[in-house]
Amino acid sequence: MDSSLTSPPHGTSASTTEIVPVRRPRRRRVGAGLVAAAFLLTGCQLPTFGEYKGSTTQARTEYHLWQGFFIAGLVVGVFVLMLITWAIVRYRRKSEEIPPQHQYHTLTEIIYTVVPILIVLVLFVFTVLAENKVTALESNPATSIHVYAFQWGWEFEYPNGVKVIGQTTNDPTMVVPTGETVRIRLDSYDVLHGFYVPEFNFSRYATPGYSTYFDLNVIHNGTYRGQCTQLCGLYHSLMFFNVKSVSPADYATWLRTELALAKAHPSSAPQLPSGVHAGGGTSSNSNAGGLPYGD
Amino acid sequence: MTDVIAPPSVATEETATELTLPPQVPGHGIDEGHSGGHEDHGPSGILKWLTSTDHKVIGLSYMITSLVMFYLAGIMALLIRLQLSSPHSSLLTFGQFNQLFTMHGSLMLYLFAGPFAFGGLANFIVPLQIGAPDMAFPRLNALSYWLYLTGSITMMMGFLVAGGAASFGWVAYTPLASSTSSPGAGGDLWIMALALTGFSAIFTGVNLVGTIFYLRAPGMTMFRMPVFTWNMLVTGILILIAFPVLTSALIMLFCDRHFSTHIYTAVGCHLVSGAPYSGCGSPLLWQNLFWFFGHPEVYILALPFFGIVTEVLPVFSRKPVFGYKGMVFATMAIAALSTGVWAHHMFTTGAVLLPFFSLLSLLIAVPTGIKFFNWIGTMWHGQLQFSTAMLFSIGFLFAFLMGGVTGIMLAAPPLDFAVHDTYFVVAHFHQVLFGTAVMGGFAGLYYWYPKMFGRMLRENLGKWHFWLLFIGFWVTFMPQYIVGLLGMPRRVASYPSNLGWQSYNIVSTVGAFMIGVSFFILLVNFVVSWRNPIPAGDNPWDAHTLEWFTTSPPPHHNYTHLPPIRSERPTWDYNHPNDLTVPHGKTARLKKEKVPVG
Amino acid sequence: MKIEALFLLFLGVFFGVVGLVYWFWSYEDAGGMMLLGTSLLGFVPGSYYMFWHRRMGKRLEDRDDASIAEGAGVINSFPGSSIWPFVLGMGAFLSVLALVFGMWLIFLGVPLILGAAAGVTAESRRGGHV
Repeated sequence: MDSSLTSPPHGTSASTTEIVPVRRPRRRRVGAGLVAAAFLLTGCQLPTFGEYKGSTTQARTEYHLWQGFFIAGLVVGVFVLMLITWAIVRYRRKSEEIPPQHQYHTLTEIIYTVVPILIVLVLFVFTVLAENKVTALESNPATSIHVYAFQWGWEFEYPNGVKVIGQTTNDPTMVVPTGETVRIRLDSYDVLHGFYVPEFNFSRYATPGYSTYFDLNVIHNGTYRGQCTQLCGLYHSLMFFNVKSVSPADYATWLRTELALAKAHPSSAPQLPSGVHAGGGTSSNSNAGGLPYGD
Repeated sequence: MTDVIAPPSVATEETATELTLPPQVPGHGIDEGHSGGHEDHGPSGILKWLTSTDHKVIGLSYMITSLVMFYLAGIMALLIRLQLSSPHSSLLTFGQFNQLFTMHGSLMLYLFAGPFAFGGLANFIVPLQIGAPDMAFPRLNALSYWLYLTGSITMMMGFLVAGGAASFGWVAYTPLASSTSSPGAGGDLWIMALALTGFSAIFTGVNLVGTIFYLRAPGMTMFRMPVFTWNMLVTGILILIAFPVLTSALIMLFCDRHFSTHIYTAVGCHLVSGAPYSGCGSPLLWQNLFWFFGHPEVYILALPFFGIVTEVLPVFSRKPVFGYKGMVFATMAIAALSTGVWAHHMFTTGAVLLPFFSLLSLLIAVPTGIKFFNWIGTMWHGQLQFSTAMLFSIGFLFAFLMGGVTGIMLAAPPLDFAVHDTYFVVAHFHQVLFGTAVMGGFAGLYYWYPKMFGRMLRENLGKWHFWLLFIGFWVTFMPQYIVGLLGMPRRVASYPSNLGWQSYNIVSTVGAFMIGVSFFILLVNFVVSWRNPIPAGDNPWDAHTLEWFTTSPPPHHNYTHLPPIRSERPTWDYNHPNDLTVPHGKTARLKKEKVPVG
Repeated sequence: MKIEALFLLFLGVFFGVVGLVYWFWSYEDAGGMMLLGTSLLGFVPGSYYMFWHRRMGKRLEDRDDASIAEGAGVINSFPGSSIWPFVLGMGAFLSVLALVFGMWLIFLGVPLILGAAAGVTAESRRGGHV
């Protein structure tokens, strides 16, 4: 979606007094008259419905889709809920009389087949539009970071060779430039992991042997917490990281400093844990506590 | 198996307990004639349970075993909830926690919900509903049960071996499930348990389809079968589609673990070269295979319970099921679509065709919606009686509505990216599966218990059970949606204490214990009904379908005589000859037409 | 048997179409293969049932107006009880445990499976009980 990115940073509470971003009307109108569509168009004035507003442009797109789906779901859900409740209250057994034994009502049945199909198709169109934006890869990203996941930590490798490595006890921080496209290439050294930043409204599996790519455009400077979401063994719940978004100038400075530091003190460069072999597929160390079991 | 089904009226070579139907007055009264005057029902006592091929005995065995598994898995759930009620709990170690949620999921999905439905209730009820004397392959049926029981034991044995039970989640994603990342006998036992129960399910699927295709009573055409039987037929076919894929995937996983194959592992193929990998295995293959089983499996777990609700709602509304044919076609549509949506569990791999799976997943909402409106239409203008079974069915409607709406959200890949593998998803699938398998399943238990044992369950205890369960259900799972949106991942044994997640988790734990108490009440109810039986009679609910025509519990080969079958509710037609279903086409004005009351 | 046959044939057609769409959209092997297999799972038994429907015509359970009395006669023979499924199940149990705990268990499992196979065959030929 094409909202101008002027709203203040993320907030978890549904505050209605926030500055409302100006939105240009959408060009494609599908299924005019449907509540879901109508609400989608004005998505930004709506409450957050519990979700993060999103700290990247991709996350904002997702967030607007969430609002639309939430309202569509709310309308349909409340409608059905009222029908059920009405049936329960109105048709309690009051006598032993046997009610009319009707079984079909063709018109009603056609209506409640066709209307859901229309709703679903409208939702699908909006889904595809949003998903194309979320997964779009820009042709010239400003910077690209190669992210490796391992049991149980992360390695961030920058184009100039700078590496940031951290695991369970010290969360690594991925520094990114604000307002620029960051291409993430995601890999895993051992098992599946999930790269998940709640405020980016986005997660992606890190699969060994299969690189995936996605873009991030962080809107505001700030630090965002991230965590592994895909079960990856014993210390899955301790696999944290942070994303720190700084201005492009600060980012460039930071990169140069890190590079200089790494050159000045090569011995203190971050190291992967001994069990993790770069380039190895599944040759990670086993879960602690698992007894060797031969056959 | 040697039981060749012959068409009716064709004698077979074998003579063992032939069921013959001598001609009598058309309409009713058919004697169970046996060539020796007596029938050998086999041994009694413990040997009866070991040797019986009677579908009712096997069905009960299935139900008892699956309820034991349900209670065990429930206790695991309570331990998990206790651990999560504080951010850094020391109740369980990380390893124990991983074992517990793996086994909780595996027991609930593989050993409770499915077997309770298609092994237990369907085994008992489907032959009765279509007027058959037994399942089509009785010995195969018995074998199914023994494979299921031994599979369950195999899975539980994981807790006894060194290294503990499987701890890679009920989905066993590779490479975490490989021998390097998860060594130990626990994982192997898990694989073997699923191989056994997988074959058990396949045999039951064959049996259900064979029984429904070949052993219906005269006049019981396909479109006169009760909706529960229809759903079990579709479930049987879904089993035949899904379980062979799982079993073969498991065999390959076992080979990866022990015979040095690399089917699911990418051993250093691509990271070095940077080019797309080739010539090695793929971790994604497991996900493709598993979910090709896994999503139909979700509907294998759901459709039987849709069927139960579709039996209960009309009976306690005293009306025929609304839109019977629409209901049947909706069941088929759900099943068909469910086989084409497997990769919506894999949206975040970044390796699947998003629009295809998104569209098919969203489309499942349409037949599900049809079912919903049919259920409401069934109650509309009815005379609703809120027995425990009815309460559970209505509870199912509420629960499944919530689970369904959040399911539509998750069908959109961008939304899935945002909440995948968080507690939002946990809440969603618990509302769906708890809503169907537990609410629907126990609706079925309360509904059919009189038929199975000839005695009633206590209604007042049943209502306590329901209300505690229903309230506990919302208290448990609604906070999980919120904490999921805040970003709490699933399958974590601890979480940061500074993020405000704890209060939601405490509420959720309280709800879980309410559910736990409610199931204690069910046990009390069983004991009370056993100690002080209230005889049920043949048809305590004034029900519609054929199983209520025979005695409670039914005799050895189910029927001594049958009513004429002229609609999908022969027992009702027999008991209320003046209140037959109003034919199609005369239904435009519901209120003005008044059918004379008999 | 016509509805049964059509039911399965529809399954075949549906998954044939879905499989073709999926294959030409994604060229993904695993899913394409599984959808093809599912389609065959509909076509193979569906055509078998259609064949028998053509030969047999309507059975009593396919006729709207069939009365119960018309179904008089032997339906089928059902084994009253049998120990062999239990034996076979235990054999399968021990055999899979052999894959986990050690191959020696196979010497317990396989004889049970073979014995049960022989037993169930003899039981069917004899037409008796346990």
